[in-house]
Amino acid sequence: MSGLRYALWGVLPYAVLVLFAAGTVWRFRHDRFGVTTRSSQLHESRLLSVGGPLFHYGLLFVIAGHVIGLVVPERVTEDLRVPESLYRANALLVGGVAGAATVAGLAVLVARRLRVRAVRRASDRTDRALYPILATVLLAGLAATLLAPAGDYDYRLGVSVWFRSVFLLHPNVGAISGAPLLYQAHALLGLALFALWPFSRLVHAFAAPVAYPFRAYVVYRSRNVRRRPFA
Amino acid sequence: MAAGRGRRRVMAQIAMVMNLDKCIGCHTCSVTCKQVWTNRAGTEYAWFNNVETRPGQGYPRGHEDQDRWKGGWRLSHGRLVPRSGGRARRLTRLFANPEMPGLEDYYEPWTYDYDNLISAPLGDDVPTARPRSLIDGRPTAVAWGPNWDDDLGGGPDHVAGDPVLRAVGDKVKQEFEQAYMFYLPRICEHCLNPTCVAVCPSGALYKRIEDGIVLVDQDRCRGWRMCVSGCPYKKVYFNHQSGKAEKCTLCYPRIEAGQPTVCSETCVGRLRYLGVILYDPDLVGEAARTPDEKDLYRAQLGCFLDPDDPAVAADAEADGIPRSWIDAARRSPVHALISRYRLALPLHPEYRTMPMVWYVPPLSPIVEAIGESGHDGEDAGNLFGAIDALRIPVEYLAGLFTAGDTGPVRESLRRLAAMRAYMRRVNLGEPRDPAIARDAGMEPADLEDMYRLLALAKYDERYVVPTAYAPGAGDGDTAAGCGLDAPGGPGMGGDPIGAFHAPPAPRDGESPLRGRVNLLNWNGGGRPAGLFPPRGAAE
Repeated sequence: MSGLRYALWGVLPYAVLVLFAAGTVWRFRHDRFGVTTRSSQLHESRLLSVGGPLFHYGLLFVIAGHVIGLVVPERVTEDLRVPESLYRANALLVGGVAGAATVAGLAVLVARRLRVRAVRRASDRTDRALYPILATVLLAGLAATLLAPAGDYDYRLGVSVWFRSVFLLHPNVGAISGAPLLYQAHALLGLALFALWPFSRLVHAFAAPVAYPFRAYVVYRSRNVRRRPFA
Repeated sequence: MAAGRGRRRVMAQIAMVMNLDKCIGCHTCSVTCKQVWTNRAGTEYAWFNNVETRPGQGYPRGHEDQDRWKGGWRLSHGRLVPRSGGRARRLTRLFANPEMPGLEDYYEPWTYDYDNLISAPLGDDVPTARPRSLIDGRPTAVAWGPNWDDDLGGGPDHVAGDPVLRAVGDKVKQEFEQAYMFYLPRICEHCLNPTCVAVCPSGALYKRIEDGIVLVDQDRCRGWRMCVSGCPYKKVYFNHQSGKAEKCTLCYPRIEAGQPTVCSETCVGRLRYLGVILYDPDLVGEAARTPDEKDLYRAQLGCFLDPDDPAVAADAEADGIPRSWIDAARRSPVHALISRYRLALPLHPEYRTMPMVWYVPPLSPIVEAIGESGHDGEDAGNLFGAIDALRIPVEYLAGLFTAGDTGPVRESLRRLAAMRAYMRRVNLGEPRDPAIARDAGMEPADLEDMYRLLALAKYDERYVVPTAYAPGAGDGDTAAGCGLDAPGGPGMGGDPIGAFHAPPAPRDGESPLRGRVNLLNWNGGGRPAGLFPPRGAAE
């Protein structure tokens, strides 16, 4: 049993990290052309205009919440004199609303993908793998957030400790293997998501146009620019 | 003219002029363009070149209604802002673009069940090939197409959908006896101030410094779709298979080799002109910010430079524009039609994109109208007087070409009419009448030059395209690989023999590869080395 625990929480994260990094490099080197949103708005606009923003904006808050919850140790918020009750209320309220928005947005998007024939035909194999994982990881996370007040588990003393220890190359397997199953399932599914990331449409997250607000409107380029090699 | 500023900068642009008098609406340009560029999955509905019947809705339907589609620029407190919003607003609309046309605004591409014709079981009925959607594969009822209102030029449904006509309002009657129509071929405008480039969050769209061609870098495009809605002419299309934007390339591989675009080359009416325009890039922004829309045409004219001016030529050379290009600019038919004769007018200057495909307004139906009423249709006096009583209302043309200012349209039509009246006398052996030219504010020699350019329209005079150059690089030092070789792209997949644009650009089919000849590059003339095996190598 402890062998499985070590495999899941001590070895698997590194395998996923390596796959994630190597896969991303591979994708950018061999398939720069394929890094796109693969938007289906041309086929269907009405549902997308509801589901797309709901899902993506919700997700931005969810990601921010994960950064705060996983990266910032409990000591720091204590030093900043953030009352534990306030932290938890905030996590429940903001996290709950953001999570619910994300799940609702994804529900609209998945329904659209299944019901609108043109969109369904525009889906590929990675989409069929991605959407179930994305849906279950979101539902598990939302359930964990909403059920947190009912239990007395503090993920900041368990899951978060394990998460940071992975990046310190000294994985604290015990910190997560004691967590409720819901948290463990959420973390495992999250690992699956990162493993799939470079090979699915999720890569478009790396294409976020962060530089756009800072550039001149009209772009000029010389035809003499050497093309970077594809492979 | 440039006094008070630093040294004037000069840039070159390959521009096009179309003479609408000569368009017969045969769609050869559209079909040949499609065969070359968009006969691939994902671009079935994309027409880099299309020919619209005006009045009509255009393609996609009603695309000129910028209150709805928000294409082009608007003036906000004296600053230019994309009509669809500045950078921040664009980014907030990243996850669903509210101004993006749906496939229903274009049309649902379809094919036919041809297989049914030969595989249907024996029966009493003749088997039919039913239409089938290319998007979802289901049988479909064809309800709209790329040229649904072709040749209609009216009808209450279609005319009601023409945004230009709506703007002209009651002045233009749509009674049957007064019905009129003309064709408007459209490609990408390769604007001096392109909105599609401005709204691209990834910086994938760019304007080429050397020739002004606006292109999409397929490796950089991330499918945000902003360009599709940003372009007021709706000439950027979304490839729904690759998830990338694609647009008219002005056939840059051909232009670089000094050849006209496919749409020009195959134009049956010989109505297209290609040539170099020199302009001052520092004047473009100011011109695009001209407060009154009706002044935009003149403001854009003011950006263009006279290549015969030695000072302009010297500045151009200082900016790395080769002599061959300056020379081509002097012989440019586009420069002549736009600046020298003031015949050509820009399409929708009110979008403030500074478009670079201009149009000579159509005159023919006017002449017809006068002729039918028993007067001499080509008599100068009759023509000048009749320009305001034309079949195609001047107001409608002005709605297309000058943001509603009928002055420049009237002037252009007057010059065309003067050319006809003047040349008719020449052809009938009557003495030349310089008064006709003077009435239109021209010299007789100008009218004869115009006649040569517009009526005779020799190939070499219609297309004055200098071969590409690379500033700061020696000959043959061009980039490796074909820019068209993206997966699903129109290139030849990187096969060096098959690639028709594999640098260094081969001359006359000369291939750098082991003496073999790329027949796709061969213009059919001369005898390139390697066409035949070396003598004595038979055994």
